Amino acid sequence: MDLLIDLIQLSIYGIVLGSILTLGAIGVSMIFGILRFAHFAHGDLMTIGAYVGLSFLVFTGAPVWWALPAGMVGAALTALLVDQAVYKHIRRTQPVILLISSFGMALVLRSVVQLVWGPNVYSYTGGIQRPWWFGDIAIVPNHVWILLAAVLIVAALHLFLTRTRMGKAMRAMSDNMDLALVTGIPAERVILITWILGGMLAAGAGVLLGMDSRLTPTMGWNILLPVFAAAILGGIGRPYGAIAGGMIIGLAMEISTLYLEPSYKPAVAFVIMVAVLIVRPQGIFKGTL
Amino acid sequence: MELSGIAAYLVSFFTFVGIYAILALGLNMQWGFTGQFNIGVAGFFAVGAYTSAILTVPESPWHVGGFGHPFLVGIAGAMVASALLGLLIGWITARLRTDYLAIATIGIAETLRLIIANESWLTNGVRGMSGIDRPFAGVFQTLGLTSAMGTLIVVTTFLVAVYFLVERARQSPWGRVLRAIRENEPAAEAAGKDIGRFRLQAFVAGSAIMGLGGALYAHYFGFLSPEAFMPLYGTFLVWVMLIAGGSGNNKGALLGAVVIWSIWSGSEFFMSAALPDAWSGQSGPLRVILIGVLLQVILISRPQGLLPERAPKTVPFGKVANRKERA
Repeated sequence: MDLLIDLIQLSIYGIVLGSILTLGAIGVSMIFGILRFAHFAHGDLMTIGAYVGLSFLVFTGAPVWWALPAGMVGAALTALLVDQAVYKHIRRTQPVILLISSFGMALVLRSVVQLVWGPNVYSYTGGIQRPWWFGDIAIVPNHVWILLAAVLIVAALHLFLTRTRMGKAMRAMSDNMDLALVTGIPAERVILITWILGGMLAAGAGVLLGMDSRLTPTMGWNILLPVFAAAILGGIGRPYGAIAGGMIIGLAMEISTLYLEPSYKPAVAFVIMVAVLIVRPQGIFKGTL
Repeated sequence: MELSGIAAYLVSFFTFVGIYAILALGLNMQWGFTGQFNIGVAGFFAVGAYTSAILTVPESPWHVGGFGHPFLVGIAGAMVASALLGLLIGWITARLRTDYLAIATIGIAETLRLIIANESWLTNGVRGMSGIDRPFAGVFQTLGLTSAMGTLIVVTTFLVAVYFLVERARQSPWGRVLRAIRENEPAAEAAGKDIGRFRLQAFVAGSAIMGLGGALYAHYFGFLSPEAFMPLYGTFLVWVMLIAGGSGNNKGALLGAVVIWSIWSGSEFFMSAALPDAWSGQSGPLRVILIGVLLQVILISRPQGLLPERAPKTVPFGKVANRKERA
């Protein structure tokens, strides 16, 4: 009986973590679909979003949820800046050069965060929230807001991808690059929109992660591996698969704490990813990699 | 006093250059020759370092050990352990695009770091392992050399050996197949080459070399902790070295190690001298930004590096035929 309660409790944490991972994994998947490279700076883009949101709160004294749009603007601008300053110039060479570049960019972004905000640990709200009790199961209010925000963001993205011309163009480019280009899709504009959306999703993940725990300069880097695992599990290049991937990885990571040290959570994500790579490398939904 | 300080600094400088050059040569085999993207250099480096340390340290109440094997056994063990790890990762990702290899290698590096930090019975966790002896200290002492100088000699010897082996491999038919796979995979396959097999061989060989680098680091530094295997030091610097020097070119890997290590360790001096006191805590991130921006500039303006790769001299067809006749 106790085990059941633990399991339900951990599943709640898992869904919360899963929704954060989902936001990151959709971004990674989209960037892969359009630009054909694994974006290693995505975790640190999340960190930037979380910290920009924090600064906005500190300067304006706005309510906590304002961190989300503020962080999104910050991370989208950062992604655009990085793309225009660096990635744009090496896009024509092999995609793998972009991968190296983004790995370097990850360290640069993290160092910028350390320079601007210092190595200290921050949180959006002081103090510990009193959970709501449902029988023996505790639900922290923040977890509800995190889940709600993630659902709203994903729904908005879904509407964008299915209802707007630009969204359809993005999906077309992700499905078949050559075919999309001969039909006259403006590739450069699609790439810019991809970075804006990728940055916004990363900031969403970063701010929600900050709400769930705390802000540290390495918060994004530490979650990058589970994000990639979620993207691969869902089929990289498939934004909708990323939702399933994120949830499975999030649940597995939290439930593993029944048997393993919590610090091994990223390793659990890694083991699942390796298993997927061996058994079904294209992911649950056939990916484009 | 002043002079001996400079000498000691130079010994330490070149020892680090030597160790990083070995890592860069290992990466060159994987990335430069074959186009395999290993972004978990730190993991292979750590496996080599800890394997050699565990095999050689005296008994300690804090972690496994007490095997007391000699230095060379530690080195051999380190190379075997890293090679096995490379075999595992290479086998999993052999059929997949190189992006998967990148993600898998960073995963293994991070996972190993978690294991090193958490399994204190094995590695003493974050408190670290100490008491790792420098190689052949007794022998060098009788020759009147310090153990640091002795280590530099040992590291240089290994570097020279690795350089000649890797350079020989590059010029061999085996090296040609690797480059063929890198340049045009379908063509190499059409020529009847077993691509997966060659890739795996290059990956395992490169991993073993990285393990050697890790073992030498352990014996030079004498102390190991998970901090030393952060992706920044273990992976990023090695990549920048190889790309700055010229990937695919072994001389480039050596040159890159010298140049980038000079910039990296020189920037520490420069910043501690030039930065106002209030900023002194910021020199770490500033140095990383410096190297990171340098990498981007190289990738944009000179992606082939300082010493671009050159194909080995082709052997005229007639000569090959003659050689065969003589044999």
